[in-house]
Amino acid sequence: MVEFRMPSLGTDMKKGTLVEWKVKPGDHVKRGDIIAEVETEKGVIEIEVFVDGIIEKLLIQPGDEVLVGTPIALIRTEGQQETEIKAAAAEQDEGAQVKEGTESPLQYKACSIAAHRAKEQPEQTREKLRAEAGGEKRIKVSPAARKRAEELGLDLTTVRGTGPDGAISLADVEKAAIAGKPAERKAAWQIPTGPEGADFQLGMRRAIAAAMGRSNREIPHYYLETRIDLSRAVRWLTEENKKRSVKDRILPVVLLLKATALALTEVPALNGYWIEDRHQPVEAIHVGFAIALRQGGLIAPAIHHADLKSLDELMVDMKDLITRTRSGGLRSSEMTDATVTLTNLGDLGVESAFGLIYPPQVALVSFGRITDQPWVENGMIGIRPVVSATLAGDHRATDGRTGSQFLNALHRYLQEAERL
Amino acid sequence: MNSIKNTVKMTYREAVREAIREAMRKDERVFLMGEDVGRYGGCFAVSKGLLEEFGPERIRDTPLSESAFVGAGIGAALGGMRPIVEIMTVNFSLLAADQILNNAATYLHMSGGLFNVPIVIRMSTGGGKQLAAQHSHSLEGWYAHIPGIKVLTPATLEDARGMLWTALEDPDPVLIFENNTLYNMEGELPVDAGALDIDHALIRRTGTHVTLITYGASLFKSLEAAEQLSKEEIQAEVIDLRTLRPLDHDTFLKSISKTHRAVIVDEGWRSGGISAEISARIMEGAFYDLDAPVERICGAEVPMPYPRHLEEKALPQVETIISTVRRMVKSNG
Repeated sequence: MVEFRMPSLGTDMKKGTLVEWKVKPGDHVKRGDIIAEVETEKGVIEIEVFVDGIIEKLLIQPGDEVLVGTPIALIRTEGQQETEIKAAAAEQDEGAQVKEGTESPLQYKACSIAAHRAKEQPEQTREKLRAEAGGEKRIKVSPAARKRAEELGLDLTTVRGTGPDGAISLADVEKAAIAGKPAERKAAWQIPTGPEGADFQLGMRRAIAAAMGRSNREIPHYYLETRIDLSRAVRWLTEENKKRSVKDRILPVVLLLKATALALTEVPALNGYWIEDRHQPVEAIHVGFAIALRQGGLIAPAIHHADLKSLDELMVDMKDLITRTRSGGLRSSEMTDATVTLTNLGDLGVESAFGLIYPPQVALVSFGRITDQPWVENGMIGIRPVVSATLAGDHRATDGRTGSQFLNALHRYLQEAERL
Repeated sequence: MNSIKNTVKMTYREAVREAIREAMRKDERVFLMGEDVGRYGGCFAVSKGLLEEFGPERIRDTPLSESAFVGAGIGAALGGMRPIVEIMTVNFSLLAADQILNNAATYLHMSGGLFNVPIVIRMSTGGGKQLAAQHSHSLEGWYAHIPGIKVLTPATLEDARGMLWTALEDPDPVLIFENNTLYNMEGELPVDAGALDIDHALIRRTGTHVTLITYGASLFKSLEAAEQLSKEEIQAEVIDLRTLRPLDHDTFLKSISKTHRAVIVDEGWRSGGISAEISARIMEGAFYDLDAPVERICGAEVPMPYPRHLEEKALPQVETIISTVRRMVKSNG
């Protein structure tokens, strides 16, 4: 039996109000399923569950406001296998019965042998059912790594894959397990916030105040800026977009996002956290993408594994994330998993930005507006589209040299947009 | 080695001959028949000298009709004899495929369990001798598809020497595939070498990073690859299947539970081949142990080319095995 507790959805969250249960006792849940909606200072967030099991009991009612860490549901994980096998067998039997009416007896016999075999091999059937039911894009994980991660209770979205096709291998899981459990990480950075406001705006401002106040107080920031010639990237993107229908076009910010993620693979020190007086780089790159809310305020939900996704996937993810951020419907993992933050104020006409790092992260990457500027190259002056890229680094974790390496890598990736 | 010499140097060809000779001596029901096995001494010289030793009653030259002499062998087996039928090369066995598939493999079933067919059919198989598209097949995987027969693929001298007697003792039809590139292979064989089991795959080299599953001539390419890989700190376990039907999957599944990676090396064609069957068994039995997709190194899906350089390209080679394993293991970096 597992106690499911009110999760923390950011450095600044102290309590949450249950809006709605999406499950009832007796329901089967799988890791990643949304089981509740919770209202926080940052709006209504969809809460994902982290275990497979059956909802045994719901401990709070809609409208209840509880502190982070309060048990809100009991989930039974034992007996799960048995039940799923039964479901699988039932499905197979059903298939056999359908055939019975239409096919010859011999074929029916073959069918029931198939059903029998399926019962003998519950592991495979369960995996198949899971894949059918999931429908979501799956991270590539080797079967052995998946099994090991389950044994270790490791959340695979926090593991960076280095196997064939970027798949998470057994070695990656072992490495991540040594690096520390993500659950402990989240617990470590709770800080108390001020008194709660009744009104959402006030709550949001107070949440930002707490996080940014802490950032400014605790983090010795250093800033580095570089200007990047985007003419090659813009030219490539223009050509690429000509091949696409309007709805499939890629925005320049997606190139910046992907280049940022790839540059972080080369300079991993900037991706991660400063927790308990210790620099803790993280392998998986989950880029928090700062999204302004129309009513004011700001949320930076995570785009998971941004370095491993194609530009098209990132475009889809970003659109989806913006829509859900503004309409409510962010997931708890998106609220907590970011390992770095990217802010793009270019849309608002700003040329460059020097922001505050979102603790406990150790870096913030900012982009300004892409503007045509005079540019000297090989002794010639030309007009080029140029963007300013700024890195805010936590000087406790890294130094200017590391930051420079990152900006250099970023510059390099943006000169080869076709490879992003 | 002690001053008393307890091994003897011989070729694979001689090991097969010794096995036949031993069987002929031990059991008077045993006889050999096939094209040119008598006066000519066998197309691959396996039976050289046997006619002189055992006489034309027991070393029988046959007309050039595989269907007829395999059928005769089946009849002899039904009549209580223990025939060893030699088919020159695997492609000619296609002329006897009906006898093998429809008679030898089915009689026990068709007779309601009354008649076993204790025949042993030997044939050469495989490419690598510039015998071109019609005499270089590896069809042992095809035969492994057929219930009712056993399919053996001895690769080592010990197996060439030891599997025949056990096959003759088996009450049902057994096909033995001898890779034609192995006949000249030399090695030391214990003087007291004798019958060996035909039910188990064997680990020929132990390792921890990847399991190479193979048989026949590809065994030695795999062992060579494993030796070279060991210099790069990659330890490959090499499994010699020895018998393709029934397939001893326990041995390779157990190995994969340790290494988490598998490469199948098979001269036969990839599509629908024995490598596909092995891969499927791995999915069924070791899915959760895999840390990388199963890889296959097979013969190119072309009629075997005659020119040497093209034939080499069309067959699994040591270099390909090494590069495949390296990519598989090192991408895990």
